[in-house]
Amino acid sequence: MTSAEPGDLGDPATDPSKGPGSTGTPTGATPPRPRQRDTVRSVVRGIGEVFITLGVLLLLMCAYQLWWTNVESAQAISAGRDDIIKSWHQPAPTPTGTGTATPSAQPTPDYGTGFALLYIPRLRDKVWGLPIHQGVGKDVLAQGAGHYRATAMPGQVGNFAIAAHRSTHDEPFANFPDLRAGDKVYVQTRTEWFVYTLTKDDPNLSPSDVWVVEPVPGKPGATPTQKLMTMTTCTPRYGSTGRWAWWAALTATSPTTGPAPDGITGTA
Amino acid sequence: MYAWMWRKLPGPWPVKLLEALVAFVAVVALLFSVVFPWLEPRLPFNDVTVDDGPSATAPANP
Repeated sequence: MTSAEPGDLGDPATDPSKGPGSTGTPTGATPPRPRQRDTVRSVVRGIGEVFITLGVLLLLMCAYQLWWTNVESAQAISAGRDDIIKSWHQPAPTPTGTGTATPSAQPTPDYGTGFALLYIPRLRDKVWGLPIHQGVGKDVLAQGAGHYRATAMPGQVGNFAIAAHRSTHDEPFANFPDLRAGDKVYVQTRTEWFVYTLTKDDPNLSPSDVWVVEPVPGKPGATPTQKLMTMTTCTPRYGSTGRWAWWAALTATSPTTGPAPDGITGTA
Repeated sequence: MYAWMWRKLPGPWPVKLLEALVAFVAVVALLFSVVFPWLEPRLPFNDVTVDDGPSATAPANP
């Protein structure tokens, strides 16, 4: 559609030997350059271009990690929250266990299924209705918090253990270090509100410290009697070398059919 | 390499510039939508779990 038609295309394209900046030179004005010099020049330029390209790729990767994953995960978290709330408004799936709404009768969700919402007043800007999905794979953690599958469900005797990102992917636990013993953590399921109270933390864990999510943390094989919760994230922020865990104990339970707990309904 | 690409782009220079920008945006879109999401879980960044091997793969009972 433009006025430039193929007529003036042919000329520059058919002259591959044209040197840089030599356009319009009268024929035969300069002696031909040694071919070797041109080869060296183009090799050096090619190497330079490769390095510049790699640099740009790395910068783009940084932009992806630090910015774009937040954009995508914020959408996924919002959508996941809607899905969970919507699923609670549907009739309950056919109960696989016996009994009714007791915490121990919670069916174990499939990997990737959202089953609870997390509220932490201290981390309110990010963790207010944060979906908890089953599993701690990276695909799951990109959509909110993940539940260690081998650990207890909310409100059960044992250790309800979850993990979430502290950097990238909407960084729900960005302000993890702000948590203090005594802070409340609210877990909402289809049937119940579970209020946990933070008891202690350990910011100097290693990635191999699986004991932190054991039913009785630090006592492998021990029979649990308490209803505990564990939250893990990375430390240092933007790093992967260490882990930080907070433990909490169940201090209150109320049915979701009744009023929400004080910390949820109040101004918090 | 880039000079060669520039020569291969058809049209006068403003059109070439536009084409180059479109090509760049297309490459970035491909990186962000396919390459980086594939690559990211394979990089040792932002791990937040304690050794998720047994916990993540074991059957759901402790």
